[in-house]
Amino acid sequence: MTPHVSTAARSLFSPSLAARRVRGAIIVVLGLLSVVVALGTLAFLVADVLGRGLPWLSWGFLTSFDSRFAARAGLKAALAGTAYMMVFTILIALPLGVMAAIYLEEYAKDNWLTQFIQINIANLAGVPSIIYGLLGLTFFVRWMELGRSVLAGAMTMALLVLPIIIVATREAIRAVPGSVRDASYALGATRSQTVWHHVLPYAFPGILTGNILAASRAIGETAPLVTLGALTYVPFVPENPLDRFTVLPIQIFNWTSKPQAEFHDLAAAGIIVLLAVLLLLNSVAIYLRQRLRRRY
Amino acid sequence: MTIIPTHDPRPELTTETAGVREPSTLTAEAPATQYHDLDITDPVVEVQNLSLWYGKFRALTGVSLTIPRNKITALIGPSGCGKSTLLRSINRMNDLVPGVRIEGRVTIDGADIYARSVDPVEVRRRVGMVFQKPNPFPRSIRENILFGAKINGYRGGHEELVEASLRRAALWDEVKHDLKKSGLALSGGQQQRLCIARAIAVSPEIILMDEPCSALDPIATLKIEDLMRELAESYTIIIVTHSMQQAARVSDYTAFMLSDERVRGRLVEFGPTHTLFTTPKDKRTEDYITGRFG
Repeated sequence: MTPHVSTAARSLFSPSLAARRVRGAIIVVLGLLSVVVALGTLAFLVADVLGRGLPWLSWGFLTSFDSRFAARAGLKAALAGTAYMMVFTILIALPLGVMAAIYLEEYAKDNWLTQFIQINIANLAGVPSIIYGLLGLTFFVRWMELGRSVLAGAMTMALLVLPIIIVATREAIRAVPGSVRDASYALGATRSQTVWHHVLPYAFPGILTGNILAASRAIGETAPLVTLGALTYVPFVPENPLDRFTVLPIQIFNWTSKPQAEFHDLAAAGIIVLLAVLLLLNSVAIYLRQRLRRRY
Repeated sequence: MTIIPTHDPRPELTTETAGVREPSTLTAEAPATQYHDLDITDPVVEVQNLSLWYGKFRALTGVSLTIPRNKITALIGPSGCGKSTLLRSINRMNDLVPGVRIEGRVTIDGADIYARSVDPVEVRRRVGMVFQKPNPFPRSIRENILFGAKINGYRGGHEELVEASLRRAALWDEVKHDLKKSGLALSGGQQQRLCIARAIAVSPEIILMDEPCSALDPIATLKIEDLMRELAESYTIIIVTHSMQQAARVSDYTAFMLSDERVRGRLVEFGPTHTLFTTPKDKRTEDYITGRFG
């Protein structure tokens, strides 16, 4: 018995263990319930889509154009349009986003202007996508006279994903330890040599992941392209950047709005394809992140 | 020729800190640095009345000392005494810290390295640096050595440079069979010697070492210390160390620094290592080296 701990001090505690255990159990049950509700909904949706769409999935579905007849309708134009648009989106957004991130992280002085820009980039990420559609319609389609083309769509999408790319790239750059920068500077490297030879290569996996995630965000976006006026019935594959186009989510939306029940099942098949593409992209991102992760 | 600063090494606090709010106590008369008979015949670096601020935080106050060529000079003192800051002033690494401000002079071979016409990038090539934590690039051993050469427009043979640098850093025999191996795959001590080899590869005149052994085991530490003695034949070495034994073992000259409530980052005493350790002039130096504080 340690002499300085008095019985009086001990009597001030009331452990009430039972009540604490009950409170803990309630939290566990609530948490479990939330998980079940969230995952259950998802499972139900996926099951429903699979049940209705799977019978329609075939090679022909992927290689046929849209049609008035559900049996002959396919995703060819939408797949081609999505692929075409994504290539241009990344070509535009990646260099812009990465350069902006490098500037903000490595060059910009920490003053009110930089902070203002940073806050606004974060805000841009939260702007509803339809606003980007309106911007694209006004600026790219009408003012730049690009028409309702793949290029106009890609530029709009590039703006939409730019904040995501900038934020992801900045995080990747920030994860490169200062000790590596110090080592480079101490050898007589300039700032740009340090960025080019060390910071960028080491941040590359993170930048890549950010870009893939940005791409998968853009693939699922519908609203801005609808605003822009992407077509819903496209019986051709776009051949140059100024051609008109459609994309997967628009095609799916189009089918769901038709009265015939077959088209609704066709839409489910389209959703399966879209989900598969998204899942593939995200898996690639996760794989690359694990594979290329560096230790310092 | 004895290079003891002829000017009053005491900081002129009252006149120089316009615009910076310092507690008034800091302007109190600070005792001057105790200089031993230095007998430095060939000075390389001369620090003259150097003061440094990180924003409003003062890190150095009126430091003056002379670093002799091809000798090892140790900077010792308790944590936060400004020894690393002083070290980083000699290759202008502090310039990378936003809001840093410097007063006083640092010259290398008589030329002011903070002069307007001087590019800090060139200073850093001439003054190499080895850091506390080994920081090889996450690349091959070979690329680690060659990076500095490439960016500085080296025209000599690459393979020769890799071998010569690794030999000088006493690492060649351990890694010669696999120069493609990542620098990070080496042991801690090997990594630090790789960092030394990398620094040597750009032919610096001075090598700064910021607690180079604090992350290493005693055997690796001993290897680095032996290496430092060898390197001192061709390079001027300035080392920051927390270990007084290390300072006593490897250095020719020792500078003892201290921060207290009144004066931050000042040089208390500077002299040949043996003299400073056996007959310190300042009471605080004596207390520190005998382990009574710090």
